[in-house]
Amino acid sequence: MEQITILEGRQKQVFEKKTGVEQLDISCDTSSLSGSVSQRACVFCGSRVVLYPVADALHLVHGPIGCAAYTWDIRGAVSSGPELHRLSFSTDLQEMDVIYGGEKKLYHSLIELIEKYKPKAAFIYSTCIVGLIGDDIEAVCKKVAKETGIPVLPVHSEGFKGTKKDGYKAACHALMKLIGTGSTEGISKYSINILGEFNLAGEAWIIRKYYEKMGIEVVSTLTGDGRIDAVRRAHGASLNVVQCSGSMTWLAKEMEQKYGIPFIRVSYFGIEDMSKSLYDVAKHFPDRTDIMEAAKQVVSEEVKELYPSLQKFKKALSGKKAAIYVGGAFKTFSLIKALRSIGMSVVLAGSQTGNKDDYARLKEMCDEGTVIVDDSNPVELSKFILEKEADLLIGGVKERPIAFKLGIGFCDHNHERKIPLAGFIGMYNFALEVYQSVMSPVWQFAPRKGVKV
Amino acid sequence: MLLRHTSKEVKEREGLTINPAKTCQPIGAMYAALGIHGCLPHSHGSQGCCSYHRSTLTRHYKEPVMAATSSFTEGASVFGGQANLLAAIETIFAVYEPDIIAVHSTCLSETIGDDLQQITRKAKDDGKVPEGKHVIFASTPSFIGSHVTGYANMVTGIADQFAVSTGAKKNQINIIAGWMEPSDMREIKRLAKELGVKIVLFPDTSDVLDAPQTGKHEFYPKGGTTVPELQSIGDSIHTLALGSISAEPAAIALEKKCKVPFETLDMPIGLTATDRFIMTLSQIGGVSVPDEITADRGRLVDVIADMEQYLYGKKVALFGDPDQLIPLTEFLLDLNMKPVHIVSGTPGQRFEKGMREILDARSPETNFKNGIGADMFLLHQWMKNEPVDLLIGNTYGKYMARDEDVPFIRFGFPILDRIGHSYFPNVGYSGGLRLLEKILNVLLDRQDRDALEEKFELVM
Repeated sequence: MEQITILEGRQKQVFEKKTGVEQLDISCDTSSLSGSVSQRACVFCGSRVVLYPVADALHLVHGPIGCAAYTWDIRGAVSSGPELHRLSFSTDLQEMDVIYGGEKKLYHSLIELIEKYKPKAAFIYSTCIVGLIGDDIEAVCKKVAKETGIPVLPVHSEGFKGTKKDGYKAACHALMKLIGTGSTEGISKYSINILGEFNLAGEAWIIRKYYEKMGIEVVSTLTGDGRIDAVRRAHGASLNVVQCSGSMTWLAKEMEQKYGIPFIRVSYFGIEDMSKSLYDVAKHFPDRTDIMEAAKQVVSEEVKELYPSLQKFKKALSGKKAAIYVGGAFKTFSLIKALRSIGMSVVLAGSQTGNKDDYARLKEMCDEGTVIVDDSNPVELSKFILEKEADLLIGGVKERPIAFKLGIGFCDHNHERKIPLAGFIGMYNFALEVYQSVMSPVWQFAPRKGVKV
Repeated sequence: MLLRHTSKEVKEREGLTINPAKTCQPIGAMYAALGIHGCLPHSHGSQGCCSYHRSTLTRHYKEPVMAATSSFTEGASVFGGQANLLAAIETIFAVYEPDIIAVHSTCLSETIGDDLQQITRKAKDDGKVPEGKHVIFASTPSFIGSHVTGYANMVTGIADQFAVSTGAKKNQINIIAGWMEPSDMREIKRLAKELGVKIVLFPDTSDVLDAPQTGKHEFYPKGGTTVPELQSIGDSIHTLALGSISAEPAAIALEKKCKVPFETLDMPIGLTATDRFIMTLSQIGGVSVPDEITADRGRLVDVIADMEQYLYGKKVALFGDPDQLIPLTEFLLDLNMKPVHIVSGTPGQRFEKGMREILDARSPETNFKNGIGADMFLLHQWMKNEPVDLLIGNTYGKYMARDEDVPFIRFGFPILDRIGHSYFPNVGYSGGLRLLEKILNVLLDRQDRDALEEKFELVM
C-alpha cells in the first residue's frame, strides 16, 4: 500500500490496525490544527444540538446573526406537540452592541419573547463574541427569571472555548439546573430517563415504546421531544440510560452524584446493541422478572420479523466494505456490528470527538488493516476510501458529496437522517438505505473510484 | 402549522430578530473565494464558523466545499490570532497545496483586533508564502452587514489585491458577478461569447460548485477565475458590476487602483434588466446584438403575452438579497403582477434607492423594508395582514407558504430542499423564461387544485 500522506501533526490521530506491532495510543480530545480542513464544529454547535430538541423552551442565540441562522431548524428533532424550538431567535448583535455591550438588547429580547410565547423556560446561548465583550449573561438571566417567573438559563457556549464536547457539557450544565426542580410524586420505582436520544426522525418514540412495553416508566427523554416539566422531574427516575455517550455521560455522572441515580451506556443501533439496551435495563430491576420476560418478548417479536427481511440485503451486500466517519465514537461501535450483520466489513473507522477509551475499544473491535482516525479531513478520508476500496461511507452532511463524487454509496448517520435508524425497525431502514445506495444503478454510469469506465 | 407562533399584529421590536432573512458576512466571503481557481478559503475564527459555512454551502449545492479554519482556542482569543493564522498559512500551503489562500475574518478575530493585512504581509515577509502563490484577505466581521456584504468584501479584496495595471490596455471587459449561482455565471459567459465580447468574469463558481461526477474528489475543481485573468483586470477597458451591493464595491476599488472605468447594472434578472445588460455590453464591446439573442428575447416576450391573463394583478411577497430582489421586482411589474411585500435582511440604503426607482412610479403602495427588523417574521405578519397569491424566496419560505397555503417558488440563498439552481440560470432571457415558467406552474397548479369540478380546465 502506498504510504498515505498525513498532515504533519496529525500522525498521532491516525493509525492502521496491525497485530504484533507496537502501536501508540491515539491522540484525541485535542483542538484541530490551525489550517486544517476539519470536519468538526464548535462549542456552540455542541450546546445547540443537545438542547435544541426541547420543544417548549425558548432558544435565544445571543450573538451576531450567523450562529442563529445556521442552526435554524437544520436538525430533524421531531416534537409531538409544541414547535417553538424550530423558530430562530437572535439578538443579531451589531457593531454598536459589540462596542457598548449587548446586555440591554438581550434583556429586551427576552422580555418580548417570553411575553409573546410564554415558554416553559428559556435557554440563552452565548456565542464567541459575547465571551469577549463581557456581557454579564448570568445577571440578565437572573433578572429576567425573577421578572417572568420562568427558569432562564445561560448556556456558556462561546465557540472558541474548547471543542464540541465542551458544548455538550455546557448544555448539560443548563439541564442540570432544571433537573430536581419538579415534583417526583407518582413516579414508579421501575422508571428510567432516556439520555442522549434526540428524536431525529422520531427515533425516541420508537425506543420509548419498547421500554413501555416492558412495563418501564420513561420519566423524561433528554432531550428528544423534550419538555421542560419532564426535565424538571428527571431526578425521580431509578436509572439513566445513556446513548450518544459523548453528549450526555457528563449529565449522567452528575445525576449519579447528586441524586444517586446509576446509569448504563447503551446504543440503539443494530440488532445486537438494541437488544442489549433492553436487557440491560431489565437487569437493573431483578425483583421484577416479568420485565426481563417482557424484554425477551419484545426482542423475539421484533427479531422474528426483522431477521428474514434483512437477508436479501445481506446477500447483496456481502463482502462490501464500509468507511465510517461520524461525530461520536460510541456510534461507531454499533455501526461496525450492524454492518457485520449485513455482511459488510469496515475498512475505515473514525469520529470527530472520540476519547482514548473509545479508540482503544475501536481498535479491539476492528479487523486487521482497518484505518482508525480522529478528527479527520476530506483529503484523508478520500485517500483512505480509495486505497481501502470502500463501497460505502457513513457520515454527515459535509461527507455526503465526497462519497458521491468518488462513486460510492452513502448513508447519513447524523442530523440529516430522514428515516429512523434506531431500534429494530431502524436496523431495517439502515440496511435498506445502505442497500439502496451501494447497489444503486447510478454507479454503473459513474467512473468508479477514480478509474475510467 | 409550525408558524402558528406568528402574530398578525405588527409591533416594534427592540433589536430582536426572528427568523432572519440574512446570515453573516463570512459565508459570503467563502462563496466568493470559491470562484477563484485553485483557491482555498480560510476562516480566521472558531472552528464552528467554518463548519457551518461549509455545511450550508454543501446543503445548497450538494457538492463538497473545501475551506480551512484557524481553529481558535481560548489562548488565541486572549493573545491574538496571529500565531494561528501564520501556522495555518504554512500548513495549508504544505498540505493542501492551493495556489491561493483567501482569508476572511469573523466576529471573533475582528473583536480581538487581528489585522489581516498586517498578518498576511508578515506571512509573506517571513517566507511562509511559496513563490508564485498568493494570500489575499477580506475583513468580514459578522456583526456588520450580511452574507451579501461579506461576498462584496471578498470580491473587492480579489479585485484590489490581484489587479495589476501594466499600462498596456487589453481589449476585454471585466464583469463582476454579484452573488449569483454557478448557472448564472455560466450563462453570463455564454451571452458574452454569443455577443462576441471578450470578458473576464469574476468570481466564477461554475465548474466549481456544479462539478460533474468523475470518480474523484477534486479538492480544486477545474472552474474559477484564474490568477492570470485576475491580474489582467487592471488592463481591461471597462468594468461592468452586476449588482450595486454585492458587485459595485469591487468595481470602485478597481477604478481607484487601476483607473478602469465602471458601470453598475442590476443583475440581468428578467426582461428589462437583461435588456440593459445586453445593450450596455454590446455598446461597450462595440458589437451588435446577434439574432440569436434577439430571438431569445422575443421568445420571452411571446410567452409573457401568451400567458398574461394568468399573471395580471397576482400579488407577490418576496424576500432575499437586495441585488436579486431589485430586478426581480421590476420583472414582476413587467409581468403585470403586483409585488406587495418585500423584505431583505441586508442593511444599506442602496436597496431602498433601487426599490424606490422601480416602485415609486409603478407601485408606490408596496411594503418594503431591509436591514434590522426586516426578517421573515415581519414578512409573515405582513402576509397575514394582506394575503398574497405567490411567495418567492429561499427555502425557509416553505414554512410561511405552508402556513398560509400560498404557492411558493424557491429563489435565492439558501435553497436546501430542491435542485436546479446550480444548473439552470435565472439571468438572461432564458433565465427569465425559466422564472416565468416556474411562476406559471405554481399559479396554474393552484388554480387546478382549487377548481370546482365544472371549472376544471383542460386548456389553459
